[in-house]
Amino acid sequence: MSQRKFSLWRRVLWTAGALLAAWALDRIAAKAVNPYIYRILVLCGLNAILALSLNLVNGITGQFSIGHAGFMAVGAYTSAAFTVYAVPKLFGVDAAEGGLGAAFPLLCAILLGGACSAVAGFLVGLPSMRLRGDYLAIVTLGFGEIIRVVILNVEAVGGARGFAGVPHRTNLAWVLGGVLGTFVVIRHLMRSYHGRAFLAIREDEIAAESLGVPTTRYKVMAFVIAAFFAGAAGALFAHYTYLHTNSFTFMKSIEVIVMVVLGGMGSLTGSLLGATILTALPEALRFASSDRLIIYSILLIILMIVRPQGILGRGELSLRGLTRLWRRPRPAGTP
Amino acid sequence: MQELFQQLANGIAWGSIYALIALGYTMVYGILRLINFAHGDIYMVGAFAAYYLALWTGAGGANASPFAALLVLLGAMLICAILGMAIEFFAYRPVRRSSRITALITAIGVSLLLENVGLRVFGADPKFFPQLIAPRRIELPGGVLVTNHQITVVVVSILLMIGLTLFVQRTRTGKAMRAVSFNRDAASLMGIPVNRIITITFAIGSALAAAAGVLVGLTNPKIEPLMGIMPGIKAFVAAVLGGIGSVPGAVIGGLLMGVSEYLVVGYVSSTYRDGIAFVILILVLLIKPAGLLGRNVAEKV
Repeated sequence: MSQRKFSLWRRVLWTAGALLAAWALDRIAAKAVNPYIYRILVLCGLNAILALSLNLVNGITGQFSIGHAGFMAVGAYTSAAFTVYAVPKLFGVDAAEGGLGAAFPLLCAILLGGACSAVAGFLVGLPSMRLRGDYLAIVTLGFGEIIRVVILNVEAVGGARGFAGVPHRTNLAWVLGGVLGTFVVIRHLMRSYHGRAFLAIREDEIAAESLGVPTTRYKVMAFVIAAFFAGAAGALFAHYTYLHTNSFTFMKSIEVIVMVVLGGMGSLTGSLLGATILTALPEALRFASSDRLIIYSILLIILMIVRPQGILGRGELSLRGLTRLWRRPRPAGTP
Repeated sequence: MQELFQQLANGIAWGSIYALIALGYTMVYGILRLINFAHGDIYMVGAFAAYYLALWTGAGGANASPFAALLVLLGAMLICAILGMAIEFFAYRPVRRSSRITALITAIGVSLLLENVGLRVFGADPKFFPQLIAPRRIELPGGVLVTNHQITVVVVSILLMIGLTLFVQRTRTGKAMRAVSFNRDAASLMGIPVNRIITITFAIGSALAAAAGVLVGLTNPKIEPLMGIMPGIKAFVAAVLGGIGSVPGAVIGGLLMGVSEYLVVGYVSSTYRDGIAFVILILVLLIKPAGLLGRNVAEKV
C-alpha cells in the first residue's frame, strides 16, 4: 500500500515537473529563438503527437490507416467550434479574451476535440471487423476524405473559406505537454496487458484470435485511442494557426505515415525522431529553394531502399541503448 | 429525363478515364500487391508528354487531324511506358523483398518526386492542351449533347480495354502475367521470367495511364503538374470498388465512379463531388468486402 502511495506521489511530482519544464522551455524558446524557429518547433510537436498516435494503429497493432488527417480534422473543427461558439457563453467573455484564465477553456476544447475524434475513430474502427489489409486502409482513406468534404460544406465553420476567428492560444508548452501525454499513455499501454494484445494482433492475427484475444475489440480500441490523440493534435493545431480543410487532405495522412515508417514502425521514440526529421528537413533544405522537395523525395526513396525498417526499426532510443544502437543492428522482421 | 441522360453521358466519358487509370493500378496490384501511388502522376506526365509532342510536331490547333492525334497519343504512351519501366527498375525492384509498407512509402516518394520534378520542369501554372481534334457538338437522340471529344474518349478507352483483355487472356505473355499474379514463386519455378513480366506490366499500366492523360487533355484542356493526385486516388478507389486485381472490375468501378460523380454534381451539389466516391466505396466494401468482382480469398491457417 505504501509502495503504491509512493509511486502515486512520484507520478504527480513527475507530471508537475514535466509540465513546469514544458512551460519553462516554452518561455526560453520564445525568448531565445526567432518566431520562425518557434513555429517549426510547434509543428514538430504537433506532428509528433500525430505520428505517435498513428504508430499505435499502424506500427503496434499492425493495421493500416491512411486517414489520420481525417481524425485531426474532426478534433480541429469541433474544438474550434467549441471555442468560438460555446466558450464565451460558458466561461464568460473574459475567458475568450485570453490570459491565464483561457487555459481551462483551451484544455476543455482539446479534450472535447479528442473525444469527438475518438467517436469517429470508433465508427472507422468498426469496419475492421469485416475488412483486412488494403481494404481497411482504403476505407480509412475514404473516411478522411468524406470528413473533409462534409466540413467543406458546413457554413457554420466557414466552409471553403476556412474557419476564421479562432483565437490562437496554443504555444509550445501546450504542444510539449501533448507530446508528453501521448508518449506516456501509449508507452504505458504498450507495456500493459492490453499492449500485449495489440502486439499479438500485429504478429499474427489468427494466432492471437485462437489464443482468446478479442481481436476486433482491440483493433477498434487502437483506432479509438489513436483518434483521440489525433483529435487533440488537431485541436492544438486549430488554436495555433489559420484553420482550413486544405490542412487535412490525404497528403497530410501520407506525411504522418511517412514519419512513422521513417522512424521505425512500432518504435515510439522512432516516431518522435521521424516527426522531427520530416518537419525540419524541408525547412533545412530551404537553401535549395525550388529543388528542396525534389531532394526530399529522392532522400525518402533512398532511405527506404537502404534502410527499409526505418531509422530505429522496432528498437527504442534510450540513453543506455544509444551506444549499442549502431553496433548491433537488428535485421528487419525480427522483434 | 433528358437531364439524367446528359449527366449519364458525361459520367461515362469521365468514368472511362478513371477506368483507364484504374486498370494500371489493378494490374500492378495484382502482380506486386503494391499500391502504386505514382500511377496518378504518370497520368500527369502522359498529359504533359502529349502537350510537348503536340507543340513540337505542330499537331493540333489549325491543322488538327485524327492521324496526328493518334501519333501524339502513341508517343505519349511510349514515353510513359519507358518511364514506368524505369520507375520499377530503379525504385520498386530494390524494395521488392522488403515489407509492403516499405514499398508503399517508396511509391509515395516516387509520386512526390514526379510531382515536384513536374513543378520544376513544366512550371506550376496550368498549360492549355492544344486541340488535337477540332471540337464539335453532336446531338444524340433524346436531346443529349455530347462533344466529339467525349465520344473519342469513350471509343479509345473501349478499344484499349478490349486490347488489354485480349492481351491478358490470349497471349503467352498475358498468361504469364496471370500466373505471376496468382503465385509469383510458383510461376518463377515454372520458368516464367518474373522480372520481365513485372516490367511489362508496368509498361502497359503506365501506357494506359498516359492514354488517360491525353484523353483528359482533349476534354478538360487545362493541365498542371498536380493534376494526377485526385484522379489517381479516385482511380485507385475505383479499382478497389471493382475488386482489386480484376480487369473487368476496374472498368466497372471506374464507370460507376464517373457516373455517380456526375449524378451528384447534377442533382446534389458540385461541392460533394469528391465525397461521393468514398461513400459508395464504403457501402460496397461493407456489403462485399472484396469489391464487386473480387475473389474472396479464404484465410489460410
